[in-house]
Amino acid sequence: MIGLESLRGLQGALLGAGGIVLPHIDYTAILPELILLGGMLLLLVVAALSPRRLATEFYATATVGIGIASLVASLVLWKDVVSHGPFTAVAKSLDIDGFAVLFLVLVSCVLIVAPMLAVGYLRREGIEGCEYYVLALISGSGAMFMASANDLVLVFLALEVLSLPLYVLAGFDRRRAASSEAAIKYFVLGAFSSAIFVYGIALTYGATGSTNLGQIAAFLARNVLTSNGVLLGGVALLLCGFAFKIAAVPFHMWSPDVYQGAPTPATGFMAALAKAGGFAALLRVFVTSFPTLRSSWQPVIWVVAILTLVLGASFAVVQRDIKRMLAYSSINHAGFILLGLQAATAQGVAASLYYLFIYAFLVLGSFAVVTLVAGRGDDQHDLSRYRGLARRQPVLAGSFTVLLIAQAGAPFTTGFFSKLYVLQAAVAAHSYALAAVAMGSAAIATFFYLRVVFLMYSGSAPVEAGVSPELVEPGAASLAAPALAMAAPSGQALASGLVAAGGAGVEPAWAKRSGGGSGASGEGDGAEPPGEATTGVPETPLSSSPWTVAGLGICVGATVLFGIWPEPIIEFARLATTIF
Amino acid sequence: MSVDASWYLTLAAVLFSIGVVGLLVRRNVIVMFMCVELMLNAANLTFVTFARALDDVGGQVAVFFVLVVAAAEVVVGLGIIVAIFRRRVGATADDAHVLKG
Repeated sequence: MIGLESLRGLQGALLGAGGIVLPHIDYTAILPELILLGGMLLLLVVAALSPRRLATEFYATATVGIGIASLVASLVLWKDVVSHGPFTAVAKSLDIDGFAVLFLVLVSCVLIVAPMLAVGYLRREGIEGCEYYVLALISGSGAMFMASANDLVLVFLALEVLSLPLYVLAGFDRRRAASSEAAIKYFVLGAFSSAIFVYGIALTYGATGSTNLGQIAAFLARNVLTSNGVLLGGVALLLCGFAFKIAAVPFHMWSPDVYQGAPTPATGFMAALAKAGGFAALLRVFVTSFPTLRSSWQPVIWVVAILTLVLGASFAVVQRDIKRMLAYSSINHAGFILLGLQAATAQGVAASLYYLFIYAFLVLGSFAVVTLVAGRGDDQHDLSRYRGLARRQPVLAGSFTVLLIAQAGAPFTTGFFSKLYVLQAAVAAHSYALAAVAMGSAAIATFFYLRVVFLMYSGSAPVEAGVSPELVEPGAASLAAPALAMAAPSGQALASGLVAAGGAGVEPAWAKRSGGGSGASGEGDGAEPPGEATTGVPETPLSSSPWTVAGLGICVGATVLFGIWPEPIIEFARLATTIF
Repeated sequence: MSVDASWYLTLAAVLFSIGVVGLLVRRNVIVMFMCVELMLNAANLTFVTFARALDDVGGQVAVFFVLVVAAAEVVVGLGIIVAIFRRRVGATADDAHVLKG
């Protein structure tokens, strides 16, 4: 038998000859990621070996369990970091500090809530299986590595591990043409931005001689390279790559299409996770590695933030599709988070972290409501669907109201504090104009969030009667007048579609359709024009799945609870900002 | 005979630009995809050039990672393209036009 000792000796001789030193891998430092990846492999193996098809609830339970396990591991790591200080692991390619651990906790929470919100959808659409959960877990591990990566090459790898499953999740519902289209758009633009990002890494490496963030910062502190074209080009390309991921304005074009086309629970997951991962790496790379170049990148971020805030809010106003509206609203939120980066202070980073943390719950919950209202087939996203929702489903409408006014920044919700802190950080960094623009965009944003709330609490259900073409009650008309003017053509088109659909008989269209066998509405030609003839699919009642109730309850509960009692998360974000 | 590093860097920059322009003007998804590969390989050439100029093995190692990621992207990308092909006749980007607003 070949002894372990002789193998060790052989290994030592080989390594000694080549001079390669293997890094010491501290497995406790990467335990949360290992739990996700190990759990993912376990799920795949169980799914492959089980003789019959397992229920989607089984995979959801397993995923929630994996999420809780990684949450516990992250909290243990947090205790470690708080008591012993931040440390680097695996040959300094990972930086385990409060900043990283906050994102580990955030991703774990997202992975606990997202499967709960997906169960009902997957069952309803008949695409049960382990794939959704497996892809979510891989993506989550990528987001975790992105937050703790201390090397640009690792940032790139983590970015890809985060993104590739999201491309697949966007095209997850293969029967719908919109889903495939969202996948190909997301994929082509995502790959494009990754390539730009890699070229940025290559140029930065050439200018500074290293891809390690700490060594880059040390090199730049020793040498003044402010007019180095290669370095500035590299930094600019890195910024472009990140801007794509977080959907900041010159590079936001993919986001409304992808958000609209992707299966709705996947959209929520993508919005929460991609934004968290992208911002984690963006904040770390720019604030820790390039602080000496601050005078070069801060004005650029300033311009990007203003464009993102203004265009995100303005385009959201004219959307007729709730998912597109939420996509533009998420672009607007990205602008707010950029305020913290632009400030480039500990206060600013803490504000951004807090914003990202609470935004994940808001967006997951919002898209969960959209999933239910969309009904079977997942294609009823027109704003008119929300008319009278409060009468049909008071609890669902109430939850959506809380989530929307929180996104608008109403007091006693988490959204209020998140906006308050980024604005405080911007003012403390003397970016007064930026703060003023942010306030203005928040006012515009309040309008389109409240419009949905008004719709939900007014009028009757579109499935019950011939819908009147106007969008809002007369009481709200003065507030809604500009949007009404802009939305009028599409509103009329919709109304005529309704008349055409409803004119055939007294019986609502959905009554005929629901008798035609399950899952039929999503199949067939994908080129069906939206808003015509399918307006009658009834929305899924909230009570149809206890999983959705639990997931939505967590999102709404966290929004209200931490809105009234904000100290824990604020303190968490403040303590996490140890990268300075 | 040795060639100056700046020539390689210029070649890489030209390749990268061809990739960017190609991705923006071409309409065939497969060709757009090849343009992304061109951009990634331009970055690889830059990595190798700098690694040689700096006498540091790190840049050459990075190339391996980029190659692996490029391969993974091909797998996912072609999978999505095949999923679309099964519904449509050709792989033209403009055929996918359900989403707009």
